[in-house]
Amino acid sequence: MIRVTRSAIIDAPIARVWEVLRDFNSHWAWHPAVGESHIENGEPADQVGCVRNFHLKDGNHIREQLLGLSDRDHISTYCILDATLPMRHYVATVQLKPVTDGDRTFWHWQSTFDVPRGRAKEFAELVGKGVYEGGFDGLRAHLRRGAAPAAISPAVAAQAAVPAQAVVATAFGGPEVLDYRSQPAAAPRSGEVRIRQSAIGVNFIDVYVRRGLYRMIDPPAAIGMEAAGTVIDVGPNVAHLLPGDRVAYACPPPGAYATVRTLAADQVVPLPQDVGDETAAALMLKGMTAEYLLHRTHRLRQGQNVLVHAAAGGVGLLLCQWARAIGGRVIGTVSTEEKARLARANGCEFPIITGNYRFAREVMDITGGRGADVIYDGLGQGAATENLDALAVTGHWVCYGQASGPHAAMPDLGTKSGTLSRPVLFHYTAERHVLNEMAERVFAALRAGTIRVEIRHRYPLAAAAEAHRDLEARRTVGSIVLIA
Amino acid sequence: MIKVYTSSVIDAPADAVWSQIRDFNGLPKWVPIVAESRIEGNQPADKIGCVRNFRLKDGGVIREQLLTLSDYDYQCSYSILESPMGVENYVATLKLTPVTDGNRTFAEWWAEFDCAPERERELAHNVSQGVFQAAFNSLKALLR
Repeated sequence: MIRVTRSAIIDAPIARVWEVLRDFNSHWAWHPAVGESHIENGEPADQVGCVRNFHLKDGNHIREQLLGLSDRDHISTYCILDATLPMRHYVATVQLKPVTDGDRTFWHWQSTFDVPRGRAKEFAELVGKGVYEGGFDGLRAHLRRGAAPAAISPAVAAQAAVPAQAVVATAFGGPEVLDYRSQPAAAPRSGEVRIRQSAIGVNFIDVYVRRGLYRMIDPPAAIGMEAAGTVIDVGPNVAHLLPGDRVAYACPPPGAYATVRTLAADQVVPLPQDVGDETAAALMLKGMTAEYLLHRTHRLRQGQNVLVHAAAGGVGLLLCQWARAIGGRVIGTVSTEEKARLARANGCEFPIITGNYRFAREVMDITGGRGADVIYDGLGQGAATENLDALAVTGHWVCYGQASGPHAAMPDLGTKSGTLSRPVLFHYTAERHVLNEMAERVFAALRAGTIRVEIRHRYPLAAAAEAHRDLEARRTVGSIVLIA
Repeated sequence: MIKVYTSSVIDAPADAVWSQIRDFNGLPKWVPIVAESRIEGNQPADKIGCVRNFRLKDGGVIREQLLTLSDYDYQCSYSILESPMGVENYVATLKLTPVTDGNRTFAEWWAEFDCAPERERELAHNVSQGVFQAAFNSLKALLR
């Protein structure tokens, strides 16, 4: 049995150090030897028993299980389940103690394990120097990158704006009003974060904003609702993000079409290591929309009849995939045979091809006269009568969009004892703990293969106008991402 | 019951720090407020149960009994038998842990005791800063 012990003093308060170390999946962010890592089965990283599955940068692969975690004693204990290294019976304990003299932290890291005969010295060195001492230095560098708010606030105030490019709507109008121009990103103030963005999602809401249908900007102003990238710096009073964190967001106000953006940090979520920037940029808005539609506005249950309009659209495809996985019977409306095939391939059992918003009779036929228990309706006014006809008695009609115009009057739900909802994503994501739950469920569904995101169209950020032209001419299928 | 915890980093190897601390009769060498000390009954200073009887520079006399001494864990605990401090059930522990990074020492000193409620704040401060931290500071100076 080998015992390896290393200890160090970290020049930061214990709460700051523990915030990082208690996260069983934080090591890839600060440990120089650790590459890709994730917690298996989408479990929380502070759930005792969870397994982190990671690669070392030298190519080795390790699975470790969290055996104990104490916020009171600042202790984390874990063991190796399997590794490509010949280490057996490895159990390690990380313990922090406060150094009251100077408000610093004592970090004690110890393990016992067995290795093949004759290799004890080699492995004691590897673990002690490579893992533990390397970790001390890595964490110190990590904390320096994200110094405590009190320590960096004067520095932040002194920091200059970062040069950046943005796509700005110079007026309300067609794609031609979009101008790619220099627009520096200001230093983050209290509660803000500055992100170097790598991928930006394009959504139909961007077209509405550009046209002035949704009065969310006062031109000239940048548009765009979602993006992913890496945190450059944070303002005071931001506790959940550190410089260097990979992050994504989907929220108003518009302005995501930019190489660097400064915005309120409370709508920005850290990205798991296994979710790429482009995937996140394509998925945040549509994925979280599907999440609240299927899990919050209406809790879809197995066996329910689900009617998804625009089933081959961005949100429509995700609704089909996810609703089918939950066990719903998925009926969809689409406009062409090609889109019907796409919808079918994504879980829509019964695609209905219709160019004139006629579908109620087919829905009734498919459901044996019962109708749709839930309708996910992004169409609006144009299909109001048909939707009411297609609705099951006591069914739930969820109007989450209005592509054909707003509802002029309240439909007569009394004929079906129906329930009408008019949900808006940003009401659901307003509280950060709910936003985190939603994002985590989307990432977990992605990881499990329940939902898939297909990015078929990538444009440079400077070509955003071209992306809008293609989107409006319906020349695109699936998600569109701008690359910054 | 009040708990007081003070910790510091001494820029010397744990063995060197321990050799100062483990002498239960050695307070005058490193605790600035202590004037003189003796072990009662002429017992060895590392015999568990021995009592040190020492006088502070301000004249107060304190009797403390050795409860634990471990050269393996670099740890020592003791209780107060008599003192002018107005404390009851006072038990303190002093522990060293090597800091491998830089070959230094992490020193912890904690105590639990009872006292009159209106004196809690004052006594907690006196013990943690006036005694423990002051002693750490003098250790740092001594071992520099």
